[in-house]
Amino acid sequence: MFNFRISRNIMGSPFAMAALLMLFLVPLAQAQTASEKGLEIAKAAQAFDEGFVDFTANMNMILKTQKGDTSTRIIRIKTLEVENDGDKSLSIFDEPADVKGTAMLTYTHGLEPDDQWLYLPALKKVKRINSRNKSGPFMGSTFSFEDLGSQEVEKYNYQYLRDESCGEWTCYVIERIPAYEKSGYTKQIAWIDTQAYRLVKVEFYDRKKSLLKTLKSNEFKLYIGKHWRPSKMNMVNHQNGKSTLLEWNNYQFKTGLTDRDFRAQSLKRLK
Amino acid sequence: MIRKFLFAPVLGGLLIACSVVASAVEFSGNVAAEALLFDQTSSDPAQLDSNLTMSFEPQWTGYWSDGDNLWSTKLFLRADGQDSERNHIDLRELYWLHLDGDSEFRLGVNTLFWGVTESQHLVDVVNQVDQVEGIDGEDKLGQPMIQFKHYEDWGVVDFLVLFGFRERTFQSINGRPRTTLVVDTNAAQYQSSDGKSHIDYAFRYSQTFDNIDLGLTWFKGTNREPILSPALNSNGQAVLIPIYNQMTQLGLDLQVIIEDWTWKLELIHRETSGDSFEASTAGFEYTFYRVLNSDIDVGTLIEYSYDNRSLSEPGVFDRDLLVGARLAFNDAQSSDMLIGLVIDTEKQSRSFKIEGSRRVGDNWKGTIEAQMFFNIDNNDVLASFSRDDYLLLELARYF
Repeated sequence: MFNFRISRNIMGSPFAMAALLMLFLVPLAQAQTASEKGLEIAKAAQAFDEGFVDFTANMNMILKTQKGDTSTRIIRIKTLEVENDGDKSLSIFDEPADVKGTAMLTYTHGLEPDDQWLYLPALKKVKRINSRNKSGPFMGSTFSFEDLGSQEVEKYNYQYLRDESCGEWTCYVIERIPAYEKSGYTKQIAWIDTQAYRLVKVEFYDRKKSLLKTLKSNEFKLYIGKHWRPSKMNMVNHQNGKSTLLEWNNYQFKTGLTDRDFRAQSLKRLK
Repeated sequence: MIRKFLFAPVLGGLLIACSVVASAVEFSGNVAAEALLFDQTSSDPAQLDSNLTMSFEPQWTGYWSDGDNLWSTKLFLRADGQDSERNHIDLRELYWLHLDGDSEFRLGVNTLFWGVTESQHLVDVVNQVDQVEGIDGEDKLGQPMIQFKHYEDWGVVDFLVLFGFRERTFQSINGRPRTTLVVDTNAAQYQSSDGKSHIDYAFRYSQTFDNIDLGLTWFKGTNREPILSPALNSNGQAVLIPIYNQMTQLGLDLQVIIEDWTWKLELIHRETSGDSFEASTAGFEYTFYRVLNSDIDVGTLIEYSYDNRSLSEPGVFDRDLLVGARLAFNDAQSSDMLIGLVIDTEKQSRSFKIEGSRRVGDNWKGTIEAQMFFNIDNNDVLASFSRDDYLLLELARYF
């Protein structure tokens, strides 16, 4: 109501409106460029989710071909928040059956390549893997390794584009240009809601700058009163018609995980 | 043979005990059918030209309610109608693992892996090789052990006490590929008067420094790799007798990741009563990601193995070069392929191997493997395999 009344008054006097515009827009434009605003939003989004400490969750990954054939992977995820660095994360595969017990440990970093180890239960071997190039598909899905890694602020250069309605919320629309090496993308357009910084949608543009994939997240749930997580994430590849749906369930926060649970040498003793 | 079956009641008892106490038991494993085909008749008419066998590998794991005590049991069975030595059962795992903060204590039978290279596994000397399952040394027999592991900021230390020596498996007279003379596994000899009951010790230190993974190992005890000595058996037939000597081995394994390059090194110094020598394998892997805009990653692999024993002695990889490629198709079926050519730079013998696998449906996996031997020198350890080019097909059901 208040806003409405003010705008009525402004509308009533075009000169006053112009004066007000001059007053507000000129200093704003000088104070903050589109890239500064983009960075500010990314920082605010990271700060908003800080302090989750750790979480565990189950992820069902459903791969769908253009013809509609599906196959499912079931993965347990454990993540530990690390201050001043990327998170530590452990993925344990339950399905498909031939990779059951395989585990992937990742120490994510900002611009530096991640440290990554793979445990192969058939050989009982822990293998350090070269993770510099993360543009390839994860488990044959439409998600690449880089899409699933922790999204540190310094991984991108930002440009604020506009505010826009996104379903029930209003979103900041920002452009993210990967600052790390070997990305499969030239840019991403991200829709982040203005209320709780939920990442609602991301468009991915390939090396030839054409639209490659769109990720849509929905059914957001609030955990321990602070952390929003989507229950469903769907990644569609527009170029080959494949899609992958992630169904997240059994989220638990602050479970008491420590560095001990994220050691390469202890991958052999997972349960 | 009797010793093998002594495990049965112990195993049964432990299984029951475990399933009663444990709060959660997980069952997994696979059943597989394997067809093995040779393209030439064998040098010995007793040997098979084709074979169809089945294998079964069940595993049970569980933990007690507090999660600090885990146990695992894993069996391997192969039903082989033609090769009586390959028709075998092995207990790969049967252990109890106790976790206590930064320490781990393990008691029982386990299989472990040390090392980083592909062509051979010099550093990996704790478990005996289940050679009837493959000549690459990656199938291993379960080893009874006590293991203590401790984690510190400066590294991880492992202390192992190994008791109950396991003899290497060798093909029977009908088996193929095999050595020209049959290995008489019932006539094994030991340097130590303790024989099979000699207690062995091993130690490992490992640490990750940023992009470097380092392992230092020490082993003292019965050498898993026997000397095969020609002799006459009780029936007057010429056979090979496995002789297990004592050895002390120091090992180093190192992997360094620099940009898209992964550098690997394994180095050992082995001392036996007869001699002492050094051997090493060093090389790199360089990966081309998403070649030609596809999802396929192609890794190129080059390793060189050197062994300073005199050339008349039997190191398989004494002056050998491995040139290989690893293809990851990154598709929904997790298709992959490994191609390798091993060249003996002294004797010019060559062997080529190709291995590919693919998931079929949700629970099946198909594997195809072929190996060819070219230009094999009569003095090469591979000489007895010169007519043994083979094709192997396997279809496995996982659960």
